[in-house]
Amino acid sequence: MTLARRRFDALIIGAGGAGLNAALQLANANLRVAVVSKVFPTRSHTVAAQGGVNAALANVFEDNWHWHMFDTVKGSDYLGDQDAIEFMCREAIPTVYELEHNGVPFSRLDDGKIYQRAFGGQSQNFGGAQAARTCAAADRTGHAILHTLYQQNIRARTHFFDEYFGIDLIRDEEGAILGALTLEIETGEPLLIEAKTTLLATGGGGQVFRTTSNAHINTGDGMAMALRAGVPLMDMEFFQFHPTGIAGRGMLITEGVRGEGGYLINKDGERFMERYAPNAKDLASRDVVSRAIVTEVKEGRGCGPNADHVLLKVDHLGEDIIAKRLPGIRESSKIFAGVDPAVEPIPVFPTAHYMMGGIPTDRLGHVVIPSSDGSEEIVPGLFAAGECACVSVHGANRLGGNSLLDILVFGRAAGQQIINHLKENPEHRAMDESSVEQAMSRLSRWEETGEGIPVRELRDEFRKVMEDHAGVFRTDEIMSEGVEKVKEVREKLKDVRLGDQSKIFNTARIEALELENLIDIGMAIVLSALERKESRGAHSRPDYTERDDENWMKHSVYFKEGDRLDYKPVQTKPLTVETFPPKPRVY
Amino acid sequence: MKFIVYRYNPDVDTAPHMQEYDVEVTRGMMLRDALMEIKRQDESFAFRHSCGEGVCGSDAVNANGSNLLGCTTPVSDLKEPVNVRPLPGRPVIRDLVVDMSQFYQQYRAVQPYLIHKDPLPEKEMLQSPEDRDKLDGLYECIMCGCCSTACPSFWWNPEKFYGPQALLQAWRFLADSRDQATEERLDALEGPYKLFRCHSIMNCVEYCPKSLNPTKAIGKIKELMLKHSI
Repeated sequence: MTLARRRFDALIIGAGGAGLNAALQLANANLRVAVVSKVFPTRSHTVAAQGGVNAALANVFEDNWHWHMFDTVKGSDYLGDQDAIEFMCREAIPTVYELEHNGVPFSRLDDGKIYQRAFGGQSQNFGGAQAARTCAAADRTGHAILHTLYQQNIRARTHFFDEYFGIDLIRDEEGAILGALTLEIETGEPLLIEAKTTLLATGGGGQVFRTTSNAHINTGDGMAMALRAGVPLMDMEFFQFHPTGIAGRGMLITEGVRGEGGYLINKDGERFMERYAPNAKDLASRDVVSRAIVTEVKEGRGCGPNADHVLLKVDHLGEDIIAKRLPGIRESSKIFAGVDPAVEPIPVFPTAHYMMGGIPTDRLGHVVIPSSDGSEEIVPGLFAAGECACVSVHGANRLGGNSLLDILVFGRAAGQQIINHLKENPEHRAMDESSVEQAMSRLSRWEETGEGIPVRELRDEFRKVMEDHAGVFRTDEIMSEGVEKVKEVREKLKDVRLGDQSKIFNTARIEALELENLIDIGMAIVLSALERKESRGAHSRPDYTERDDENWMKHSVYFKEGDRLDYKPVQTKPLTVETFPPKPRVY
Repeated sequence: MKFIVYRYNPDVDTAPHMQEYDVEVTRGMMLRDALMEIKRQDESFAFRHSCGEGVCGSDAVNANGSNLLGCTTPVSDLKEPVNVRPLPGRPVIRDLVVDMSQFYQQYRAVQPYLIHKDPLPEKEMLQSPEDRDKLDGLYECIMCGCCSTACPSFWWNPEKFYGPQALLQAWRFLADSRDQATEERLDALEGPYKLFRCHSIMNCVEYCPKSLNPTKAIGKIKELMLKHSI
């Protein structure tokens, strides 16, 4: 059988906010761009983002990108790279205006400008009064943006490969990336896409945990493809738990609810955030609120028959605000928690939500292999953007409203940089057939039949290990055990057998390939977390309760080969302004 | 709880058949959870799903005769035994997975993107809250296909009638104060089929899981068309 092949200037894997914004830049420049997506593009998880996207437009109060930058550096618990953060906060402004010009139906203020709401961790004047910086389309901002980007890509004639799964990157002996092997889900046929440049934009991997706000498709595919191509993953221990998932279910209740004036209470009806963050209260940054909720529950002040959650009170906002600004939240609270927030409070608990770590890139989207001496080596032909990438702007904790911003700014920047790259590298490089064969063997491994462990059984075991051993609070003992258990799970992978060998739309085969990806990034998470002996941002350890800037103000870098960890210094020098030196975080 | 599910895999089956599964129902279980449970019992069962919270539109199916989203339909709302079938009127790829290409073609046919011809301002194009309110009930569409695949006009003329979903999108851009292609949009909807095959049967309204109203949107387009032709 001969392998089907197609050629493009650029290949983009993933059709969420980052992939589609990159694709749009390229298609508008009349380049041949292929977007490979394992689901129809508007099914990408960007669609679920609720609250909004940050940009210092100053539509409500005075604002500027420098204040936004300060909040982002502080929010990152000083682990974010300040050059990348400066770039993101400055680029936020033209990026949001471009989205508006593309048709995003932002909510509006009386003067016709884009509506901006308050969100956690954001201030005016370097830590002063609460800022209103988060541009929102009601509580469906991600939906509005994703659909608009898809629509503009239709106009620009981007070539979509819908329901194709990325198997592996193809690379030559010099380490240059030549495209990827993909699988057409409908027919079960492989397709080799040769490209002068490849952009990984596959989103997050929340499915490593049992309870998550992430969709079924968020299985870390791009990160695992990078790992298998010899690229490390950076800062994987920093997995954000969103403070307000619907208790026991995981669907998200946006921070925008608290931005509109909602607040948290414990079983005594006490507004407990006042104790943990006397100024910002319920609008402290997410890691702070998540830890506070878990502490309340651990100390016996949780609500419900099992005392295992807290309550988010909204009813005092009134029907009007709820109907206008939070219609989606009202809908999902009714469906999944059985409560109408206009009448009763919503039961909530922190939920695995967002990866701050990922494929290391510079701020233009080039994938780089960092090393401890501070140098970075560019992987030729490979770019990454969005949640699967680590630029790194979130450091140890992501501010709400900065995730849409990250994917859109860096997706756009990567698209523009790919255009430059293609001017300098107009030819395809020769295909490396041995690398193609290697990728094909990953596929054919699942044709082995006979007795074995079913995919679902190992997946359940793995996700339980991750939840038990890499959750909100992590001790040395719990995590050492976790590393061993993930190793055992990884060992068992070779005994997993796929029962269904049919070719047509075989979702069982996709889930098997996804499981391999999940386990690879799970290992990156537990190992990086075990070795980081401090508490910082989203990484919280009862056995090392303090942030340790002397030893740990550095990025972790995990290589799959030999499960090796390395570290890289934090880039503390911004592009044009003064450094923000680390300070204790007070909210 | 008993589920009777449509099964067809062209790789191994000569004809479709219905298969029974027993699923232990837990509190708060949605139809999607039940389908996932069936998938655990029987790896060969295929269906699309993703977000699990009614925003991605992947898991639209037909259960007990109604088009709905699996992830937002509590099993307790369904009469037992629950008959689960693929969305009607579309070619079946496998089990509950249908071919939606035509539906997407119709979407693309209405030019579903903002067209603005004047030079762009440096900042945002201003839009009053009242003008923005006109997009409520339109932009929220998740393209699940529940409406169009429940529409008899769509079953009869799938090549010519654009169907409720695409027409809702057509109105979403006609209604946007920032869009400057009203004339072209209306011209492109001329003729007896694309728009006018809607006979206000309102199945689309009944089955939209986001409570949108394509029939009303189509009515608005017809009104505008009339004004336009005078």
